[in-house]
Amino acid sequence: MLKDITIGQYFPMDSAVHKLDARFKIVITAVFIVMIFSADSFLSLGLAFLFFVIAFAASKLSPKLILKSMKPIIPIIIFTSVLNIFFIDGVTVFQIWKIRITDNGLITSGYMIIRLIALICGSSLLTYTTSPIVLTDAIEQMMKPLGKLHFPVHELAMMMTIALRFIPTLIEETDKIMSAQKARGADMDSGTLIERAKALVPIIIPLFVSSFRRAEELALAMECRCYNGGEGRTKLKSLVSGGSDYAALCLSLLFLCGVMIIDMGRVVL
Amino acid sequence: MSIIKTEKLTYTYSQGTPFEKTAVNSVDLEIEEGEFVGVIGHTGSGKSTLIQHFNGLIKPTSGRVLIDGTDIRSKDVKLRDIRLKVGLVFQYPEYQIFEETVYKDIAFGPKNMGLDEKEIDRRVRETAELVGISPELLKKSPFELSGGQKRRVAIAGVMAMRPKVLILDEPTAGLDPRGRETILGQIKRYHDETKSTVMLVSHSMEDVARFASRILVMNKGEVLCYDTPPAVFARAEEIASVGLSVPQITKIFGLLRKRGIDIRGDVYTVEFALKTINEYLEAHGRGGLENA
Ligand SMILES: Nc1ncnc2c1ncn2[C@@H]1O[C@H](COP(=O)(O)OP(=O)(O)OP(=O)(O)O)[C@@H](O)[C@H]1O
Ligand SMILES: [Mg+2]
Repeated sequence: MLKDITIGQYFPMDSAVHKLDARFKIVITAVFIVMIFSADSFLSLGLAFLFFVIAFAASKLSPKLILKSMKPIIPIIIFTSVLNIFFIDGVTVFQIWKIRITDNGLITSGYMIIRLIALICGSSLLTYTTSPIVLTDAIEQMMKPLGKLHFPVHELAMMMTIALRFIPTLIEETDKIMSAQKARGADMDSGTLIERAKALVPIIIPLFVSSFRRAEELALAMECRCYNGGEGRTKLKSLVSGGSDYAALCLSLLFLCGVMIIDMGRVVL
Repeated sequence: MSIIKTEKLTYTYSQGTPFEKTAVNSVDLEIEEGEFVGVIGHTGSGKSTLIQHFNGLIKPTSGRVLIDGTDIRSKDVKLRDIRLKVGLVFQYPEYQIFEETVYKDIAFGPKNMGLDEKEIDRRVRETAELVGISPELLKKSPFELSGGQKRRVAIAGVMAMRPKVLILDEPTAGLDPRGRETILGQIKRYHDETKSTVMLVSHSMEDVARFASRILVMNKGEVLCYDTPPAVFARAEEIASVGLSVPQITKIFGLLRKRGIDIRGDVYTVEFALKTINEYLEAHGRGGLENA
């Protein structure tokens, strides 16, 4: 079902990771991504992964969630790793007919899989522990300097906030409309490609109609509350950073250094 | 044999996440054919979740649902057949309308059933007449209709499939009193004319009391009681204790009894109340009230 999509979903909880300043979380996630892409050996990748494990443990989330977020990207992982296995040259490990599997191919795809998984894990942890509103707020704050160049930072952030806010609503709506049409005997799971495309019409049209209605209502509600852009607008909850945020950032940088030292050591040796 | 039967039916949303929520908990229920069942319960008591099981839109987390004797989970059952047998009208059904004309929208269900043109035409016209959609409206775009008219078109879309069981989830939500009356009357007419089983989910005890032959009261995912209206309203205090209100007239009788007047407590329509009071007054040697 559509409801099983967990990417980008927020799970409110009371944990150290949830409490971190969102701006720091974004930076730390970026540091983590740098870590996994600069790591050049399984040992340093392991160290980067350890960082993730620590962060995840501190977030008190159930490990099942990470497995669930992995589901939609399994095809991508399989596809890229299979491509790598077959098309990278190196010493042949074994060969069936014309298909040759090389050691380099295996190693590269191994790295690829680990990196992809780590990438999804890291970004999922960010969205699982940060509410979308706070997240866009943080992005807005971090992009503020661009505003001086007449870049519409606030408008962009507002658009993102609204889009994020309505993803679950639209999913729910789609689910409801699908149920309603199924109850009227609509058949969506069988038939030829064209028949299935046609079967989408009874879902897409009501969805559009209701999206437009929602957009209109939202615009009206915003105007009623005197919304007129970002100028002079203050925040009810402004982001504040404290000691623990800096500590977390330092920890991530330490791990990054660790990763780099391991790899440099390998090069020197 | 009962048309709908549940055994220890339990449904949990988002199982395995922090949002886990058991919406229906161990429900045992038997609904006989031809019954008009009113379903009431507080917001979030699991009414909508319960009724979605009856046409196989959701599958029980545990327990069984038998429609006309067949388990909806067994392998050789086609869910589509169940859905043709049990028609479900969702809350705010007008949001599912999509065709260019009212006629085509009502015809969507019958067409999916694979009926021939003539039969479809007959059913569309018959059903439109039943819900008070005049023939000239059939050619109009459904998006030009008023809210109440749209609602009726959407309900007609399901009625036109002539399901053995018609389930409606709060069909009168957001309508004015007149619109509510009309729609309830039409549902009653459908029940009487087709002899089908009807389940009506509602927040209004008054509405349910007037039409239902049986009332199902849900509380926190469990069945509080399932009985005939007099038997249900005789338990007025219990019902009030879970935050539901019994009809005004039942409340008045409850207060009278509290004052020591020996009068029956299972009164739930104004007509019956009048009769009861007259009987009481006559029995006590005083003149009756005039008929309203
Ligand atoms: N899609 C869903 N995902 C998660 N929880 C849900 C979902 N739908 C309903 N619930 C929860 O299940 C419980 C029962 O909901 P349900 O919609 O069945 O109640 P209801 O009796 O129909 O209420 P109402 O009178 O407001 O329509 C509620 O607590 C609700 O929060
Ligand atoms: Mg409901």
